[in-house]
Amino acid sequence: MSTVAPHIAESDRPRLAPGVMLRNDRRRGQWMLMGPERLLVLDEMALAVVRACVGPDIADVAAGIDRLSVEYDAPRTEIAGDVLEMLTDLRNKGYVVT
Amino acid sequence: MSCALPAFAAATQTEPAPPFAVLMELTHRCPLRCPYCSNPLALDPASAELDTATWKRVLDEAADVGALQVHFSGGEPCVRKDLEELVAHATEIGLYSNLITSAVLLDRPRLERLQRAGLQHVQISLQDAEAGGADRIGGFKGGHAKKLEVARAVVAQGLALTINAVLHRHNIERVNDVIDLAMDLGAGRIEIANVQYYGWALANRAALMPSRDQLLAMDAAVRARLPELAGRIVVDYVVPDYYARRPKSCMGGWARRFMNVTPHGRVLPCHAAETIPGLAFETVHDRSLSDIWRDGPAFTRYRGTGWMPDPCRSCDHQEEDWGGCRCQALALAGSADATDPVCELSSAHADVAALRDRDAAALGTEWTYRGL
Repeated sequence: MSTVAPHIAESDRPRLAPGVMLRNDRRRGQWMLMGPERLLVLDEMALAVVRACVGPDIADVAAGIDRLSVEYDAPRTEIAGDVLEMLTDLRNKGYVVT
Repeated sequence: MSCALPAFAAATQTEPAPPFAVLMELTHRCPLRCPYCSNPLALDPASAELDTATWKRVLDEAADVGALQVHFSGGEPCVRKDLEELVAHATEIGLYSNLITSAVLLDRPRLERLQRAGLQHVQISLQDAEAGGADRIGGFKGGHAKKLEVARAVVAQGLALTINAVLHRHNIERVNDVIDLAMDLGAGRIEIANVQYYGWALANRAALMPSRDQLLAMDAAVRARLPELAGRIVVDYVVPDYYARRPKSCMGGWARRFMNVTPHGRVLPCHAAETIPGLAFETVHDRSLSDIWRDGPAFTRYRGTGWMPDPCRSCDHQEEDWGGCRCQALALAGSADATDPVCELSSAHADVAALRDRDAAALGTEWTYRGL
């Protein structure tokens, strides 16, 4: 327990933490992760990453990055690092668990 | 000609952004008697509490004003037999439900009923890492063991668990043990909650204030562990007010993120706001939450930056800390209109240090338990 938790890897299968849900707040016109006494507003990219890489139906993060690469016509090598960084940040903030 | 005019115009013409959450203090009743309770010294009796139908209407109004979450709090909200019914109603109208509880009245069947009603998150307070100290300061024998049992049931059921660990002179040395305990229980989050001196805690300050040495040791212990805790448990930690150099952004700014409804229906910008003399509070019987949020006199009084005196008025941090806490400015600087004297830029900052050192040196152990 004395070491820093590792970054999320492509082989991980992250899912939303207990009490966390993806919501579209129509009044504010925003997608957000709603969690215990907190929320995180998602921009378009963050929403795409959550949809592609987080959830019970995801094979693993690698598959999600493949999908994003196709959807956004972006070289995989250019987006993989950013996606893993974003997922690690979501985990450290308690929205995602592995 | 008044330079206050543009700010006034802006405040009246602009609709405030909706609140994030409404805190509903369903009751002031509680089986625990913690001497640092944030409830007011004058507690609302059970006979004055809003009934189920009124709370449901208030929930509807919370959704109407644009709140996303409701915090069922107290007192101990589980003394209300209608808690399940209120959670179910909140779920039905799209509100996210948090339960802020001592847990001593909960058991597995009731947790299951609350989960079926749509409850998402349970926040359980711990009074210490070990039963002796916890039960003594909570004034409730067997409370600590019961809390641990319920906390495990919360996690086993797949609900989110937050541990609210209350620290003061008598348990601050066990901060590491409390963190370990929260992780062992499977909590997703821990609030390292150094006592804030409002309500009963203010009255008992001399029996609770930690010393500077205790504070520094606790602060170093927590900071040393934060890197290893990242990704394992979310830690909410701020330096306690009386030892801080800058004030907290109390409630995320006055009337910016939260509304609070008391057991008998007064609508407040924060749970301690009633200590401020001269503020006119409306009740849920007077107007809707939307109306009160928009232009209720207690809400507009300190919203934004127009009310600010110096040094806040010209400060780069005015939209970070929003001038700190109004109730604390009243308690420590004698006026709710003043800069929170926790701020080192306040002329009253030295007085806070003097009060703190006096109370810490008092080494008092005799506290007054909360009543009702």
